[in-house]
Amino acid sequence: MQSKAETISAKKKYREPLARIAKRDAMPVLLSWGIRAAAVLLSLIVSAVVIYSITTMNPLKVYGAMFEGAFGSQRKIWITVRDTMSLLCIGIALAPAFKMRFWNIGAEGQVLVGGIATAACMIYLGDVLPTYALFIVMIVSSCLAGALWGAIPALFKSRWGTNETLFTLMMNYVAIQITSYCVALWENPYGSNYVGIINPRTKAGWFPEVFGKQYMLNVIIVLTLAVGMFIYLRSTKHGYEISVVGQSENTARYAGINVGKVFVRTMLISGAVAGLTGFIAVSGSSHTISVNTAGGRGFTAIIVAWMAKFNTLTMMLISLLLIFLEKGANEIASNFGLNDFASQIITGIILFFIIGSEFFINYRIIWRKKIREAV
Amino acid sequence: MEQQTAIRMQNITKNFGQVLANHNVSIDIRKGEILSLLGENGSGKTTLMNMLSGIYYPDAGKIYVNGEAVSIRSPEDAFACGIGMIHQHFKLIDVFTAAENVVLGLHGKDANLKNAVSRIRDICEKYGFEMDPSQKVYNMSVSQKQTLEIIKVLYRGADILILDEPTAVLTPQETEHLFQVIRNMKKAGKAVVIITHKLHEVLSVSDRVAILRRGEYIDTVATADATVQSLAEMMVGKKITLNIERPPVQNPKKCIEVKGLTVESQDGVRLLDDISFTANSGEILGIAGISGCGQKELLESIAGLQKVSAGTSILYTAPDTEVSVELVGKNPKQIREMGISLSFVPEDRLGMGLVGAMGMTDNMMLKNYRRGRTPFAERGEPRKLAEKIREELEVATPGINVPVRRLSGGNVQKVLVGREIAAAPTVLMTAYAVRGLDIHTSYTIYHLLNEQKKAGVAVIYVGEDLDVLLELCDRILVLCAGHVNGILDGASATKEEIGMLMTHLQKEGSSDAK
Ligand SMILES: Nc1ncnc2c1ncn2[C@@H]1O[C@H](COP(=O)(O)OP(=O)(O)OP(=O)(O)O)[C@@H](O)[C@H]1O
Ligand SMILES: [Mg+2]
Repeated sequence: MQSKAETISAKKKYREPLARIAKRDAMPVLLSWGIRAAAVLLSLIVSAVVIYSITTMNPLKVYGAMFEGAFGSQRKIWITVRDTMSLLCIGIALAPAFKMRFWNIGAEGQVLVGGIATAACMIYLGDVLPTYALFIVMIVSSCLAGALWGAIPALFKSRWGTNETLFTLMMNYVAIQITSYCVALWENPYGSNYVGIINPRTKAGWFPEVFGKQYMLNVIIVLTLAVGMFIYLRSTKHGYEISVVGQSENTARYAGINVGKVFVRTMLISGAVAGLTGFIAVSGSSHTISVNTAGGRGFTAIIVAWMAKFNTLTMMLISLLLIFLEKGANEIASNFGLNDFASQIITGIILFFIIGSEFFINYRIIWRKKIREAV
Repeated sequence: MEQQTAIRMQNITKNFGQVLANHNVSIDIRKGEILSLLGENGSGKTTLMNMLSGIYYPDAGKIYVNGEAVSIRSPEDAFACGIGMIHQHFKLIDVFTAAENVVLGLHGKDANLKNAVSRIRDICEKYGFEMDPSQKVYNMSVSQKQTLEIIKVLYRGADILILDEPTAVLTPQETEHLFQVIRNMKKAGKAVVIITHKLHEVLSVSDRVAILRRGEYIDTVATADATVQSLAEMMVGKKITLNIERPPVQNPKKCIEVKGLTVESQDGVRLLDDISFTANSGEILGIAGISGCGQKELLESIAGLQKVSAGTSILYTAPDTEVSVELVGKNPKQIREMGISLSFVPEDRLGMGLVGAMGMTDNMMLKNYRRGRTPFAERGEPRKLAEKIREELEVATPGINVPVRRLSGGNVQKVLVGREIAAAPTVLMTAYAVRGLDIHTSYTIYHLLNEQKKAGVAVIYVGEDLDVLLELCDRILVLCAGHVNGILDGASATKEEIGMLMTHLQKEGSSDAK
């Protein structure tokens, strides 16, 4: 011990470390967005080097193709918008749950059951109810289905302290199995194992065009939800309760907040919004239902929620970025005969830089001063 | 013995953002000496010592160990220099034994468990510790855990020990024992730095006292030349009066009447056994007892946060209408909805009384955010209240929306006490209200409690400092192992009497509980 101590101290003559890290005070908002923008720019440069070194293709062309893939035509733009809205909507659903530190990994399942409820309404009630009534029934039933899916794990957690991460995750598999069952039940044509487009002729239960645009209604609904959720979390009593419960359950009890009730209530809301995403997916875009209706977005949305720090307005930007990367990646994969992995590398690099930029926003690095002066 | 300098800190400066935690501080720590580091809350004591233990790195200035300039970048570097620090929050693994915790992170011969056990025994013998190396940490009391932390740094060969507020969590007996150990270390030629807010401890244990004020180094004085008064004045920088008044009780009325309060833990252990007492309005009722003998459960039962056994009755009598209501079975929200303003300053400030990640404004709303009919939470009033408390209690914070966990301990407590008093309570319960607070702030808190008493509030004060209990409280209830072991008159009781009642359970029935 003694000898070890001596050798170390002998080695450690006075020398200031090369760089140190210190926490920053709050940074001006403008500057922090500047840093984020710089990070995106830097990531594009790094990606360019990577692209060139493995494919010897002109990176600018590759980026051009990516842009083309996402925004190349009116139709592509609207598909990008539609998918952005769908991802954003799940992000909105996750925001209250995550803010409460309730790890809802089950958005995928909640979206699916919402979708099933919607499809069922379209199939069984499409020819029976007038349009407005059909829409009310679809909205209510999809919300209820999602809310139920979300609230069951919350109820168990508040009653018996079960782990919500595992529970919500497992609820996904239940939802997938139910979907498979429904697909088999509703398959059309018989034996195809697809549900096919529902009500192709009557278009009963399809979103109407708004301002002559097919997906405008999706945009309106989701943006309204985003603003609504932002206000709900920031300014309402419920939102305050969610923050307190998320920070410390003990403090919540001290304040007289019924923690179990807040869990269940918040997950009802979270699940309902996720269910509504299923409604939008079925009624407002695909007009069919399959186990891929959620398409993994329930998980991607977790990244969206975290990167946006549960701020639903910031989520708009991040959803758009992720969907843009997805579309762009698909485009270069098909256009240049690159496989998926090349495009995923680019996505990875860009995300890495964006997440990494948060470090520079929160911390600052102090470099060693002139060594001469120190000694 | 010639006293050599163990550590010299020269012109040390450290900033956290805009906060200047240390500015140009220079102190010497000598071998074979106990140095007290004294200063108000937030004066930079912990920060200064953390630069020796490798937690922080100074922005400017130099550190010499045994005359040699060193750079301490990590706790390992600190150990290599022979510096060991015992932090306020213990860093032990609960499921490990004492010995396993000691060798954790070491390599080679030092990590050999058998070796370690015998060396731990040697260390215990040399300095007068009592410690069973095979005891699991989760079975240890706070004071045992602290002992283990000390052994841990001694095992790593530390010659310079830094203790950050070690006595804040100890009983007077445990404190005395700790001081004996520290004196043994001093005799063995080690250098000891101790941070404490209790001036009589400073006077009894240390050789010299170094004083910081708002991050600046003020002076170092020999303890022999210092008095409580002189130290307090150096800390604060102006004359202050250090006496606690006890205004006479005016017109006391029964406010809280506890009968047969029994609380069992989940394993069926009786934490409180048939407690009965009354708390009157316009009076401060002190509660004394060694740590963990039921104070927490007692207060939480009244606050509606603790499940109590059948047969318990807690009656609240409103001071104006004299209508009595039963509190048992009500949660804090229901109690408030009955129109009872019951304020509670819990022991765990950031884990229960406040939300650490929120600013002062949002913390002000914690208990009355439901006000108003709209679904929206109203933040205008809370903001005004936050500003008011910040001004009146001199809360040092960069802004009322800065998360309160970034404030120093004393300021966190001011925020909590300020909020609870602002609620215009009829009952005010405080648990260890001045733990970790500097003397100036402590007296501010005593003053606030007295103000409440004069306003006719029933104040219940759970405290650990017997001198303060005796000076402040009108009656003192002594708890021992979950029983009421006596209720004494504050003006006539003695320290010895209370100390006796705290540790020796009276025979059933002989306690003269009123
Ligand atoms: N990690 C940190 N980040 C930002 N500010 C800090 C940090 N640590 C300490 N401070 C600030 O630096 C100042 C000195 O804090 P420090 O903890 O050293 O005080 P202290 O003298 O130990 O006080 P106390 O008696 O309350 O323990 C305070 O104003 C505190 O708010
Ligand atoms: Mg400190």
